[in-house]
Order: sequence, then structure tokens, then C-alpha cells
Amino acid sequence: MMAMKKMLEQEPQAPGEIEAMLPWHAAGTLSDRDARRVDEALGRDPELARQYAVIREEYAETIDLNESLGAPSARAMQKLFTAIDAEPERKPSASRNISAISARISRFFASLSPRALTWSASLVALVLVVQAGVIGAVLVKNQPGSFNVASLSMNEPITRALGPEAPPRALVRFAPEARVADITALLDSYQASIVDTRGGMFRLQFGNKAMTKDEVAGLMNKLQGEKIVSLAVATP
Amino acid sequence: MQVLYGRHHVRVFRFGVRLVRDEQVAEDLISEVFLDVWRQAGKFEGRSAVSTWLLAITRFKALSALRRRKDGELDDEAANAIEDTSDDPEVAVQKKDTSQALRKCLTALSPEHREIVDLVYYHEKSVEEVAEIVGIPENTVKTRLFYARKKLADLLKAAGIERGWP
Repeated sequence: MMAMKKMLEQEPQAPGEIEAMLPWHAAGTLSDRDARRVDEALGRDPELARQYAVIREEYAETIDLNESLGAPSARAMQKLFTAIDAEPERKPSASRNISAISARISRFFASLSPRALTWSASLVALVLVVQAGVIGAVLVKNQPGSFNVASLSMNEPITRALGPEAPPRALVRFAPEARVADITALLDSYQASIVDTRGGMFRLQFGNKAMTKDEVAGLMNKLQGEKIVSLAVATP
Repeated sequence: MQVLYGRHHVRVFRFGVRLVRDEQVAEDLISEVFLDVWRQAGKFEGRSAVSTWLLAITRFKALSALRRRKDGELDDEAANAIEDTSDDPEVAVQKKDTSQALRKCLTALSPEHREIVDLVYYHEKSVEEVAEIVGIPENTVKTRLFYARKKLADLLKAAGIERGWP
């Protein structure tokens, strides 16, 4: 098989440079410079132009063929997010960054000669002493000898901050026949995003603003009425 | 992950279907591909487009899936593919449907030729990107596509369709 493949690739009738670029020209993926070269060659070589017409036919049929393959069912997405749920929690990448930085620092110090290292250490010690002196001077100068008490300003209205209200969320189960394209369209139309998934249920968040209880109830009713939704329950 | 999946899953699926010729296997494949992406997101260096990275992983997984199949099954599949080339285009010619015959012949190409045709025409990948996905030199990408097109012309010729090239 390998030998056959080699023979195939080493066949004497290799394409010319411009001829080899024709398929990429049809797909529009050549650089401007190469595209110009191919255009010029097509203009002066009718044989090449005939081949290019054939290539454009192949190009169109390949696209049609691929487009006819459809899209995966919701099963693939459910399987993926279930698998992601089952994944062990990831450690934050900060630790990796820190170790990379410390390795870089170690490499830097290792690259210094003992003499340079001694001078660097002395310089750092001197900087620390000067810094301590400055901080001490600033503290002594600013000591007022009286207390500052936290107090209420009567010029501002007294309000009680309740914190930002969270946008509504719901647990949703999609119908088994729902296709990913349908789910994506539904998410778009409701301005919803998937927060997490568990056991075939999706936790969705709707928009960025909080809603009243009635609005949430209306939203759930509307969701429940969707053909591809088999269950929708509001959740905190 | 949701955005990445939403943007790329259909093309990844179609690339998988064309390689493994089985929708169920291709669906399993895309779950595996995106799970790998989830696990290895930190390794993506951004030197190539995300779609190129995804297609390279899909190709690797598809070839592994094909290797896992029993030899007998592969032989049957190859036999079916050969039947496709000899019979269906003839039927298509009888119907004077060149377009349909061309599609049948595109389906009947070898996996190596199929993938390169799809990557260039459908996935709109440059020479450099195809070289990265398939893992071959750029010049080989060009010659392989040239021979894939010649094979396609041969299949059509065998089915009685002359297109003026080669």
C-alpha cells in the first residue's frame, strides 16, 4: 500500500506550478500574488482555462455533496457535555504560569556569574534599606495625633444595596429528536446560554437582566410550548 | 466550548462522515474531538486556525476508528465503494445526469483522495493548512490533489463521461 502510494505520488506527469494551484484558485484560498499569476496564465492559455472550468464543476459538486450530509443529532452534544461534566475539576492554570515564571527566574540567576550575583544581592539590599527609610519618614510625617472615625455622610441618601439581581435560569430537557441546529436557533431566539449540563438536562441562563416572577413564569410557559423542549423548570 | 461547538460541529461532523462513511461513528467522533479540545485547550498555540486544529484531530480520530474496525468490515466497505463506481455512474449517465455521476465518483475516491478534495474545496484550506492537517509536505499536497482529480476523471471516463480534461 505504501509502495503504491509512493508510486502514485512519484508519477512522472507532475502538474505544472500554475496548474497545481488551480483548485486553490477556484476555492479562493490563494494569496493575492498567486491569484494574479493564475489569472494571467488563464488569460493566455485556453487549455488551462478548460481545465479550470472542469475544476469549478468539481468544486461546486464537492460543496453540494458535503452540504447534503446534514448535521449531527443532539445526542452528540449531550454525550460531549456529559463527558465534560464527568471530567475531574481542572487545576487553575495560574500554578502552571507561576512555575513557568519561577523556572525563568531560576534560569536567569543561574546564568549570572558569582561576581554579578554578589553585586546584584548588594544592590537589592541597599534598595530595601532606602525603601524602609522612605516609608518610615512618610509615616512619622503623617501622624496627626487624633482619631479619624468612620462616619455617615448626611449629604447622600441612605440606601440599602441588595446586590445585582441575577438573570433567570432554567433547567431544560430537549426532546430526543431535537437537532443541534434547532437547539442553537432556540438559544439564539431566547438570548440564552448553556451554563452547565447534568444527566441530559441543560441549565440555561436567559439574557443579562433580572426578571420579575411573572416574567419568569411567562418565559417558562413559552419555553414549555416549544416543540423541541420536553421540560422547562425555573431554577435559581 | 458551547460557542466553539456551535461554530464548528457541523463541518467537523461532515469531514468525519466522509472519512468513516458512517453517521453514528461520525457523531461519536465529534464528541471525542471536542472532548479532546476541552482537555488540551492549553496546548493550542494559535499558530493555525482553530478549524485546522479541529480537522487535524478529527482526521486522527477517524483513522483510529477505521483501524479499530475489523479487516473484514473494511473489505466489505471497499467492495461497496467499488460497486458504487462501476454501477451508479452508469445509471446516472443513462439519466444524462453528469452532476449526479460526479457526486458518485467523488464518493468513490480513495479515503486519501477524498479527504484532500474535501479539505481544499469544501473546508477551503490552503496548501499549508492541508499539509498541517494531513501531515505531508506542501508539494505532496499539490500533487496528491492533482492525482485525485485525475482519478476522478478516470472514474467519470469509465462511466462514459468526458469532460475535456485530462
